[in-house]
Amino acid sequence: MANAAAELPGTPKGVPAEAADSLAFRLWRRLRAVGGVLLSLALTFLGLTFVTFIIGRVMPLDPVLAIVGDRAPQHVYDAVYQQLGLDQPIWVQYLRYLGGILSGDLGTSVQTSRPVLDDLMRFFPATIELATLATLVGVVLGVPMGVLAAVHQGRLIDHCVRLVGLIGYSMPVFWLGMVALLVFYAKLGWVPGPGRLAVFYEGMVPAVTGLLLVDSLLAGNMTVFWNAVDHLILPVSILGTFALAYIARMTRSFMLDQLRQEYILTARVKGLSERAVIWRHAFGNVLVQLITIIGLTYASLLEGSVLTETVFAWPGIGQYITNALFNSDMNAVLGGTIVVGTCFVGINMLSDALYRVVDPRAR
Amino acid sequence: MASSPPVPSWRAWLLLDVPKSSFQARCQRAYIGWLAFSSNPLALTGFLIILTLVLAAIFAPLITASDGLAPDLRNRLLPPSGEHWFGTDQLGRDIFDRIIWGARITLYIVGLVAIIVVPVGLVVGVVAGYMGGIVDQVLMRITDIFLAFPRLILALAFVAALGPGIENAVLAIALTTWSPYARIARAEALTIRRSEYIMAARTQGASLARILVSHVAPMCLASVIVRLTLDMAGIILTAAGLGFLGLGAQPPSPEWGAMISTGRQFILDQWWVPTMPGLAILIVSLGFNLLGDGLRDVLDPRGQER
Repeated sequence: MANAAAELPGTPKGVPAEAADSLAFRLWRRLRAVGGVLLSLALTFLGLTFVTFIIGRVMPLDPVLAIVGDRAPQHVYDAVYQQLGLDQPIWVQYLRYLGGILSGDLGTSVQTSRPVLDDLMRFFPATIELATLATLVGVVLGVPMGVLAAVHQGRLIDHCVRLVGLIGYSMPVFWLGMVALLVFYAKLGWVPGPGRLAVFYEGMVPAVTGLLLVDSLLAGNMTVFWNAVDHLILPVSILGTFALAYIARMTRSFMLDQLRQEYILTARVKGLSERAVIWRHAFGNVLVQLITIIGLTYASLLEGSVLTETVFAWPGIGQYITNALFNSDMNAVLGGTIVVGTCFVGINMLSDALYRVVDPRAR
Repeated sequence: MASSPPVPSWRAWLLLDVPKSSFQARCQRAYIGWLAFSSNPLALTGFLIILTLVLAAIFAPLITASDGLAPDLRNRLLPPSGEHWFGTDQLGRDIFDRIIWGARITLYIVGLVAIIVVPVGLVVGVVAGYMGGIVDQVLMRITDIFLAFPRLILALAFVAALGPGIENAVLAIALTTWSPYARIARAEALTIRRSEYIMAARTQGASLARILVSHVAPMCLASVIVRLTLDMAGIILTAAGLGFLGLGAQPPSPEWGAMISTGRQFILDQWWVPTMPGLAILIVSLGFNLLGDGLRDVLDPRGQER
């Protein structure tokens, strides 16, 4: 790579035509793009930790008092003050904080008196299970809906899809969850109540991945598996509705863009069947853009599950953060923010990078 | 439109091919925009919903029979009826009255967020787009960092640090919302800075600040406002979510999210207590979404259904 870098200037403008085509140059450009993504990922991560650091600093709670209590003598207070490094200049404190995060030290939770990272690892799988399945629902239902709406633009089905999208955009998720629990659990009894499992099944399968569906299958315990599925149905449908609204809407507009293009006309003139035109030609080109959208949806569901988890008493990271909030457990809140934030940023950047790699137009 | 000619000809005046004055031209543009907007029934519905919200907020003392705060324990948890349209809550307060008073809080929240977010986004975007170079690089890096943040979680963390309350919730929402506006304003400023009227202003010796404030920024406003309308629903939902978690407005304030949160325990037997404020949130954010879609189609025909 160093060889290619020596031959070619950093900017593509001054490159002779034959060099621009060479494999080395294309590789170099690809690497530069990846490097750019990594750099912005690192910058965003720094920004995120800086913000959580500032939040931790402006917090009205005195972190020293939280440890020593308000009746501690002054010299004890001072000792802890120094031990926490609060007497250091602010940038030293930030670097220490950053170093701690990078080595996986997010502090200790006041509530559980365990390291925050351990807690998060325990709670995260529940959120991942929920968000993954909801995204899946959104993709499986939303993509065909969006395509159908675009193909029949201006017709009844198009209006229905747009309406579903709009309502999904406007619905307070916590309220929808409550009403759904009222109707399907309390009144109709079709689904079990809040939580991940019925109480008597809890702890019956050993936690390997933390994903109950996977763990119960690994243990070969189908009773637990189906119970977990039952508990997932309602929260996944609720979160899935939001994923569906967004994905269907974006699919529709991407498809409309493609169907206006001239190559679609060419394909039709060639006498291809309508199915081939829509699914192979138009949809094939939409697929790439959809990657970004699905990534965005997944990331936003990871963080957006906070409210859903509260309603469904779902022991995920959102509920962990909310509980920590009410117990003034700032380490847990900020640790959770960093972990969720990093996943959020990472997934977004990853889908963006994937898009650049797959779609030649985006380079 | 005080200077419009008498009724029979005002439409002709508004649709005249060659306007005679700049005032007429401006009126014509507004009228044609309105025609396009009002031919879209969904957008019109959204407009009417928001109009109702604003009117309800302004005339709340006239519409409601109570202030929505004083408890009346003899009448607690009454179902919807002719006297109490939406029923009463656990303290006997009329839910309809509380929702009407809550309209003020909702408007207060979105207004406050808009007042913070639009100027910040405009300043950052316009300066970055017009100046270019290293200023642009630095400002846009910062914007990108904020753009990549998880909004709800960060708002939670902010409120956790600052303490619960409407103003803190607004601040938290604003801090995580301003970045798209900077991006939009920058994109507009980039095209505007090459236009000839900016050159003309510069040769006349206008200062940088003057060019930015009175020549560039106003041109960016339209797309920023469209985006703001589309974001309103999201802002309302986030604020309601914070209220629901107990981090936004505090009881007894008739904020809709907080009303759902306190009404939650009654959902099994008195379904109307949490359901009514939820419907209010749904309808108002639907209204903003419809309005935003309609405005975008009128003001920005390129970006249909983005």
